[in-house]
This record gives sequence, structure tokens and C-alpha cells, in this order.
Amino acid sequence: MNLLEKLDAAAAARKSLLPNGVGAFGIPIEEVYSATEARIGDRRVLLFGTNNYLGLTFAPECIRAAHEAIDKEGTGTTGSRMANGSYFGHRALEREFADFYQCSSGIVFTTGYQANLGTISGLVGPGDTVLIDGDSHASIYDGCILSGADIIRFKHNDMVDMEKRLRRLGDRVETTLIIAEGIYSMLGDQAPLAEIVKLKNAYNCILLLDEAHSLGVLGETGQGLVEKTGLLKEVDFITGTFSKSLCSIGGFCVSNHPQLEQLRYISHPYIFTASPSPATIASTRAALVLLSKGSDLRKQLWSNCTQLYSQLEETGYLLGPDPGPVISAILDTPQQALQLWQSLLEHNIYVNLILPPAAPEGKSLVRCSVNAAHTTEQIKYVGDTFSKLYNMI
Amino acid sequence: MTESNYDEIMQLLCDRLSSLTNSDTQITPETNMISQLSIDSIKLLNLIMEIEDTFDVSIPINALTDIHTVRELADLVHKIKSAS
Repeated sequence: MNLLEKLDAAAAARKSLLPNGVGAFGIPIEEVYSATEARIGDRRVLLFGTNNYLGLTFAPECIRAAHEAIDKEGTGTTGSRMANGSYFGHRALEREFADFYQCSSGIVFTTGYQANLGTISGLVGPGDTVLIDGDSHASIYDGCILSGADIIRFKHNDMVDMEKRLRRLGDRVETTLIIAEGIYSMLGDQAPLAEIVKLKNAYNCILLLDEAHSLGVLGETGQGLVEKTGLLKEVDFITGTFSKSLCSIGGFCVSNHPQLEQLRYISHPYIFTASPSPATIASTRAALVLLSKGSDLRKQLWSNCTQLYSQLEETGYLLGPDPGPVISAILDTPQQALQLWQSLLEHNIYVNLILPPAAPEGKSLVRCSVNAAHTTEQIKYVGDTFSKLYNMI
Repeated sequence: MTESNYDEIMQLLCDRLSSLTNSDTQITPETNMISQLSIDSIKLLNLIMEIEDTFDVSIPINALTDIHTVRELADLVHKIKSAS
């Protein structure tokens, strides 16, 4: 099979999962009306498949900051920070992220994906080991692969399993990086951080926590799981993304280890890419202020999450273990998930469809993402529609 | 590690792969796990965790890059077990 035939085989496999005319992946969105509504084809749909957790995509403060940055500095930086220099905004945002997490330093990356790629591949290399949760995001897997370190998985959120694998490493724990996530993107559950920290300290490893989905969502000021659990000082490196609660694009890593700064000189995903545009940096800085002061938004978000989770649970759907902004209905077969996803779209509700092997344990998911801007009526409509469709699947 | 241990590894792999696939393909040491058994990446990774527990070894998943057949996987497990 030649290179192009391999792609044809992949296309055929994808087609066999999805009937003709169903474009569940990369669906065209024609117009965006607000943080909760858009047009798909000729339908005005409710957006329950975005990661806009605080509903800030149209925050006037962020839009204004982006406009001003474009007027002042242009549309793009046209190169990497290493070769073309760091703008004031890049350095300011790094300082603001470090301060937000009470850390000594921070690095901004061009995407959240690159934040994990760049941090992991900068911290570990051939001969080192990374111990990762089995349900880790692809950016974590890819960062580990790029690093050349040995990759060992432990069963998702299973601390007995994690300890067993740490023990087996013997002396290699000295050069082992443990990686977990604040909220896991598939089922919306949280890492057992207190237990992970206990093991990390017992085995004297380094711990990286990805707060991509938990930033803005957990903790009084929205730091994430580190704040909710009071374990900020126990985590060595924190990564995250701007593309969820902060409503732009980019990523970061913060740490109290001064060695973080060295990543700027060895991490290819940091070095060999264009730096974030002035507008992106400006809107992110404005959003970070709103996020850190956004306890009312978080209160509203959690009220919304509880409303939808409770209604789906009462209907009988099998859900992830923790209520939160990621609420996944777990289904046995891709056909069931596809049917539910399609019917929801016919009822003008857009959610995410996740099929194996992307979904854990060979299951299929219909994943809802709740945000603070959703109204009680919108959530009730989504809950009622899920209930109506329950017997169909 | 002895020859019988190698046979034990091979037998375990064949048994587990057989239960993971719906294919009627007879599993032999030369069976290609991806193209012939259609084992997806997550099933393969979970199988590796099982093997780690059975033989009390650490098998880095990046070592699987060049593994296609059941024999290649058995060789890898055998090599790691022998070195441990």
C-alpha cells in the first residue's frame, strides 16, 4: 500500500462509521451569534459543544483589547520569539500568568498543544521516563513521543496502579516525570491530585499538571485543580491553554523551578514557530483578568453544570463520575452515539461526537460542554431533548 | 529467561489477542496485529499494561513503534523480562 492508498484506507474507515451526508467531525459553522448560539447549515443551533466555559468569547473587554493591539502592533508578529524578538505583550502575559499562579516564571506558547509538546519534550529526553494517565490528551502523548523518553501508562485515575508502575521503575524514578490533568476531556472527571502528590513525594519524582479544562473552572480565583485542592505548591509544572476559558488561542507553562527558563533555548515547539499575534495576546490578558475575578461566572457555570448533569442522570444516561462543564453520555456502540448526536442536531443542539479509539474503554460518547452564558431555559431544552431521545437509543 | 518462559509469553499473547479481536484469523507468531487483527491503538496499549502486570515489568509504549507481529511483541517482552 503506497502513501496515498493509506490515506484512502483511512478515509474508507471514516466513511464506514459515518453515513453519507453526516459531517460530525469538523462540522461547518456558518455564523456565530453569541457564546451560546450559531448557525450550522440553515439551523440556528444551541452551542453545547464548545469549551467556552466562562462564556467570554464576546466579552467587550477582550474584543476592545484585541482591536487596540491590532491597531497598534499589526495583525501578526511574522516570526518566532527566538529569531524575531518578544513583544511587550508576550512578556507581560508571561509575568501575569506567573503571578496568577504565584510562581517565579512562566512561558507562553503559540498553542495549548505546543505548551504540552514544548514543556514535556524540554523536561525529559531519551533515557528518562514519563508516567502518564491512560486517558491523557493527545498533546501529552505527542509531547512524550517527541521527547524520546520511555512512556509508561497507568490506569486512568487508579492510584494503586500508578504506584505499582512507579515501584517497577526502581532507580529510574529519579528521572521520571508524572503527568496528570486537572479535568479529563473525555469524561470530565478530575485527577485525584492529593494522592498523586503523595506518591510523587514518596518516590521523589517531578509532577506536571495540565489545567487545560480546569483553568477558570475550579478554585476561587480559577487557577484550577491546584487551587481547589490547595496543592499549588506541590505541583512542579502547570500547563494550560488559552483556547477554553480564556477564549483565544495559545498555551502556557508556569513553575517555581528556575530551570523552566531553559526551555526557551531547547524546546523546539517554543523555538521553531511564530509567536502569538498581538491581538491574541491582548485578548488573553484581558480574559485572564476577567477569569481571576470571575467567581460569579464560576458560580453560574457550576449551577448550569449541575442542572444538566442532574437531568441527564435522572433520565438514566450513564455519565462520567463527576458533574462539571464536560458532561459525556456514555454509549455502548458508535451507532447509538451517532444516532443520538444526529437527532440532537435535528433538534438544533450541537454537541460533540466521540467514537473509539478516541473514547475510553471502547465506548462512544456524546459530549456536552456547559458554559456560564447558557440560560436556564437553554439547559432545560437540552435536558428535555436528551430525555425525549433516551428511548430511541 | 528460559525457553519455556518465552513460550509462556507467546501463549499469553495469542490468548489475549484472540479475545480482543472478532476476526476469525488464526493467530500465529507471524500474525500482524494491526493489519490482520485490526487491533486499535488503545486496545494494544491496554494489552501492554496487562502484560506488564503479568510479568512485573515496565514496557515503554514507544518501544512498540517497530512492533507489528505477535512474534516481535513476544521478543520485546522477553528481552525486557530477561533484563529485569
